[in-house]
Amino acid sequence: MNGEGLTIRDLRVTFDGFTAVDGVDLDISPGDLRFLIGPNGAGKTTLVDAVTGLVRATGSVRFGDEELLGKAVHRIARLGIGRTFQTATVFEKLTVLQNLDIAAGAGRGPLTLLRRRKGVPQAVTKALETTGLADLRDRPAGVLAHGQKQWLEIGMLLVQDVRLLLLDEPVAGMSHEEREATGELLRRVSADRTVVVIEHDMDFMRSFARSVSVLHAGKVLSEGTVAEVQADTKVQEVYLGRAAEPRPAPAVPVAEEA
Amino acid sequence: MTTTTPEPPRTSVPVTERFRVPGAFLLGAVLLLGVAPLALSDFRLSLLAKYLCYAIVAVGVSLAWGRGGLMVLGQGVFFGLGGYAMAMHLKLADAADTGQKLPDFMQLYGTSDALPWWWKPFANPVFALAMTVLLPMAVAAVLGFLVFRRRVKGAYFAILSQALAAALSIWLVGQQATTGGTNGLTDIQGFFGYSLDDPVNQRMVYFVIAAVLLLLMALARRLFVSRYGELLVAVRDSEERVRFLGYDPANVKLVAYVVAAGMAGLAGALFVPAVGIISPALIGIVPSIGFVIGAAVGGRASLVGAVLGAIAVAWAQSTLSDEFPAAWTYLQGLLFVLAVGFLPGGLASLGTVLRRRRTPKAPVAQEPVPVTVGETA
Repeated sequence: MNGEGLTIRDLRVTFDGFTAVDGVDLDISPGDLRFLIGPNGAGKTTLVDAVTGLVRATGSVRFGDEELLGKAVHRIARLGIGRTFQTATVFEKLTVLQNLDIAAGAGRGPLTLLRRRKGVPQAVTKALETTGLADLRDRPAGVLAHGQKQWLEIGMLLVQDVRLLLLDEPVAGMSHEEREATGELLRRVSADRTVVVIEHDMDFMRSFARSVSVLHAGKVLSEGTVAEVQADTKVQEVYLGRAAEPRPAPAVPVAEEA
Repeated sequence: MTTTTPEPPRTSVPVTERFRVPGAFLLGAVLLLGVAPLALSDFRLSLLAKYLCYAIVAVGVSLAWGRGGLMVLGQGVFFGLGGYAMAMHLKLADAADTGQKLPDFMQLYGTSDALPWWWKPFANPVFALAMTVLLPMAVAAVLGFLVFRRRVKGAYFAILSQALAAALSIWLVGQQATTGGTNGLTDIQGFFGYSLDDPVNQRMVYFVIAAVLLLLMALARRLFVSRYGELLVAVRDSEERVRFLGYDPANVKLVAYVVAAGMAGLAGALFVPAVGIISPALIGIVPSIGFVIGAAVGGRASLVGAVLGAIAVAWAQSTLSDEFPAAWTYLQGLLFVLAVGFLPGGLASLGTVLRRRRTPKAPVAQEPVPVTVGETA
């Protein structure tokens, strides 16, 4: 597997005395499809925020040989690290095609930028196909259904040619079919990239995760395959809680925070 | 959903669409360069020339505010820099024509006989002309660099811009001996060798202004439809997202801000021969707000809307402020609040808004993939 892995050592994020991420160590090898799970407030999103430069953190986050902490957000993005947000953030006034074209364009020279877009870059065409949005390419992204917006976001990461995708609850609010389609999409994407998914949906996690890390109160509680993590009694206590049997999915609500 | 469907036949741009923009441009050119000079008296035409200067500022406002989301409430600074750069040259040229060593006001108020060092280069017409655009752009570049990097935005940016406009006009008032103080630089006689008293030359100034406006509109239009234009809208709508795509939004905004400043500077420079004066009262807080109101009312994201709005508001101002001098400021404020608060797209968007009102729920435009938030609960 080509590409770099993500190595996190003793990562700490503190907001006004509250420690959201409390000494996390994580090793995500290239080509992994890693799920980060944990109750609300476990520090999952903050962890991703720290990796992508959105919040200040101490410790070390290395992508390949590059230390990420202390770098500006757009510099980290240019190293090939992309993320999505819990609420799909696409450029609503721009068309699907324009959204993808912008994502493909970081590092374009000023002369290219000042010219009108002629034709469609190959990466964009490919992403339109991969995400199944080819028919909708000239529509404003604002009219897309929720699931389609999430796919567009993933498509934007693909044309950006990221090597590490960090997805924050990509299937929240999706129908069953959309979940399946998203899972398949992630599988295809992770064939030559590393994917990290924050998710609350246990069924989705069981179906598609290659490995799982469980976060609790800012710390890594357990790590391994889906089966290993589910068998871990610590996980059952804090997270799966009262439903210790193998199918506790309904007990875990889909997060609805903004 | 994941099967690759064959791409639908690309609908070529409809003919009406393809000719709409050049057609509108041509119509504007005919109106400005053909109809208006024939139909209007010298007096009206010189008023129109003044309004067109405001319209040039509005082109930049449309770019920076309409497309870039930068609430540029301090364009008076750049308008003033351009205006003063031009007026300084014209005053020096006037003085040279009459064999004086110093511009008239300096002889009145001046404490020394020598021209201040920073006036001297403006005797050179090429330098002065270049400065009308480059000086505002340079100031905007420094300012924008500091401000956007620190992620100052929204109301803070607007207030900062306002404060600068106030500061510049206050500074100018304080420097009576070298800038003419409150009076500003007035009584300008010539324009590169042509007497501004001659109505023919006044018409020529009008043609220059109209041509510059059309040119800058064409330039802005190119920027709007370029990839940069798309990126600028993206920054306006979701700056954070753009950052995660690997762009530095500060640079994207900086370009729009600097270009808008250059346009305002050029407008200020052209204002001087058109009106014959530049003064602190023309570039302070109130005129700075005035520069954006036209764009807000007409439709800041639409180039034509912003330009027409600027002309209309300038016309209304000069008409109404003669009749009701005290009421105009309130009306101006009201217009601004109404436009920004209730019709962000300005009059240019009125059609779309009304259409949407009439059809309460726009049909969702593709095969249904229902959003099922509650399903998993």
